[in-house]
Amino acid sequence: MASGHTHKLYRHGHSPVHALPAHCKLVAVFCFVLVVVSTPREAAWAFGLYAALLAAVAAVARIPAGFLLRRLLIEIPFVAFALLMPFVVPGEQVSVLGISMSVPGLWGAWNILAKGTLGVAASVILASTTELRSLLLGLQRLKLPPMLVQIASFMIRYGDVITDEMRRMSIARRSRGFEARGVRHWGVLAKSAGALFIRSYERGERVHLAMVSRGYEGTMPVIDQVTASRAQWSYAVALPLTALAVCLLGWTL
Amino acid sequence: MHVPDGFINAPVSVAAGVTAAGAVAVSLRGARRELGGSAVALVGAERTAPLAGLVAAFIFAVQMLNFPVAAGTSGHLLGGALAAILVGPYTGVLCIAVVLLMQGILFADGGLTALGVNITVMGVVTVVVAYALFRGLVKVLPRTRRSITVASFVAALASVPAAAGAFTLIYAIGGTTNVPVGKVLTAMVGVHVLIGIGEAVITMLTVGAVVAVRPDLVYGARGLTTPLKLRVGGELVDAEPAATAPVAARSPKKLWATGLVTALALAGVASFYASASPDGLEKVAADQGIDRHVAEHAAAGSPLADYGVKDVSDARISGGLAGVIGVGATVVAGSGVFYAVRRRRTDEPASAPVRETV
Repeated sequence: MASGHTHKLYRHGHSPVHALPAHCKLVAVFCFVLVVVSTPREAAWAFGLYAALLAAVAAVARIPAGFLLRRLLIEIPFVAFALLMPFVVPGEQVSVLGISMSVPGLWGAWNILAKGTLGVAASVILASTTELRSLLLGLQRLKLPPMLVQIASFMIRYGDVITDEMRRMSIARRSRGFEARGVRHWGVLAKSAGALFIRSYERGERVHLAMVSRGYEGTMPVIDQVTASRAQWSYAVALPLTALAVCLLGWTL
Repeated sequence: MHVPDGFINAPVSVAAGVTAAGAVAVSLRGARRELGGSAVALVGAERTAPLAGLVAAFIFAVQMLNFPVAAGTSGHLLGGALAAILVGPYTGVLCIAVVLLMQGILFADGGLTALGVNITVMGVVTVVVAYALFRGLVKVLPRTRRSITVASFVAALASVPAAAGAFTLIYAIGGTTNVPVGKVLTAMVGVHVLIGIGEAVITMLTVGAVVAVRPDLVYGARGLTTPLKLRVGGELVDAEPAATAPVAARSPKKLWATGLVTALALAGVASFYASASPDGLEKVAADQGIDRHVAEHAAAGSPLADYGVKDVSDARISGGLAGVIGVGATVVAGSGVFYAVRRRRTDEPASAPVRETV
């Protein structure tokens, strides 16, 4: 079961970033994003430095730029929102290429675009260098309640199963000549969703019984204790510390 | 709908994170009870993880199910109200929180620092509003299968704009951009009322489908089962009640009376002391001159226009009176509709043979 459960977002590799323990990486990414969010938006150069930092990490992890950029596309809805801002925020107007935009709106759009993109890029690097199971164990080591980690791991494990079940139902519908075209067909789709819920819930009951019969008592034993050495921590913390230095410079300059 | 990094400033994000963590902690405890099953109370702890995990996977999958609206556009379910009704409020919050956590970490959908905001708005507010409304309606409406679907429609309908309102509140406190709050509110709530209608229809149909097949799985429909009857010697006799009888629900009449008195008191007394300054949206409109061209409302000449009774000079008494009259009118209209619906429903079985499918 272990080998087949790498998620599609994970990119196998043996770089120093891959080798770091998951909880170090989680802490590093979270602190980095927190620092980025609290940087003043006027310090445009600081965001350039942050981007350079992330690019350096990606280079060390040997993630191709194309892969990273393709994964950044998830942000598009908010880009659309940000592009709207210069036209809805009141304030002094400036004329760019004959179109009048508001100055605070432009600042706001820049703020969302820069911080949002950096945050997404950091999460993408984390997800593509960390295996799912170690990510969940890392969350557990960071004192997330074990029950929550278990629920998350069940969700990830059976997410593909349930999604596949949904796909099979869709194939079954289509092979019977059904094509969802509008609101009139919602009833059929909703019945599928209801059936999917019943199947998921019943599968959950079966999984529970199967686990109980194998000695499950509500907690999962942790077999591989991953501990981080001081050197590994210092590697991981290098990213947010550099970012913090940049942030402080941004506030003082 | 997922809030990215940098949209809400750091202190408010942290505060929302603390709120979300508290809500998740409470839900962890509550979910154990909800998923414990009816017969054996002891197995609660070990049932939680597999069942909540599978329900979270279901929510995750059903968010990918596209519902075509018209001409190429399509929407999908948000699932807060659905989760609350199907598996109960605590498990619902838990599942949505886990889905959001995984979406944030794995798919970079929604910022990591905005995770607290996302869980609070999309998980907690949606589920709490939906479930409170649902329970209230189920208590008041007659105990039939159709009232479950009606209640889930209303609950889902209200939950989405409520989430949009909560987002606007967080934005007003800690937004990093200076779009006027009034504009954000109208845009958010306006768009989300439309989304809410879709969500409501889909939720209602889905809950209806599950109730038709496995009513025992629907958490919100527990206690709806009719008591067992035995046919002894040709006549129906009540069967021996099960050992663990459900706790008797409080009489809806009492609930009604309390709600009515509270509403009257609030409308009549509290509006004495309510601020006479215009509310936020009106203020924004006035500041920006948006309302310069707004025509007087068609009902402006009516005796209750602008929440005051026409010929009463004292502003406070007039406002209070208008509040009381308003509540009374709402209650009368509401109960009128309710009784009309109920009468039709009681007539129905007599006039036409209804085929019940189980």
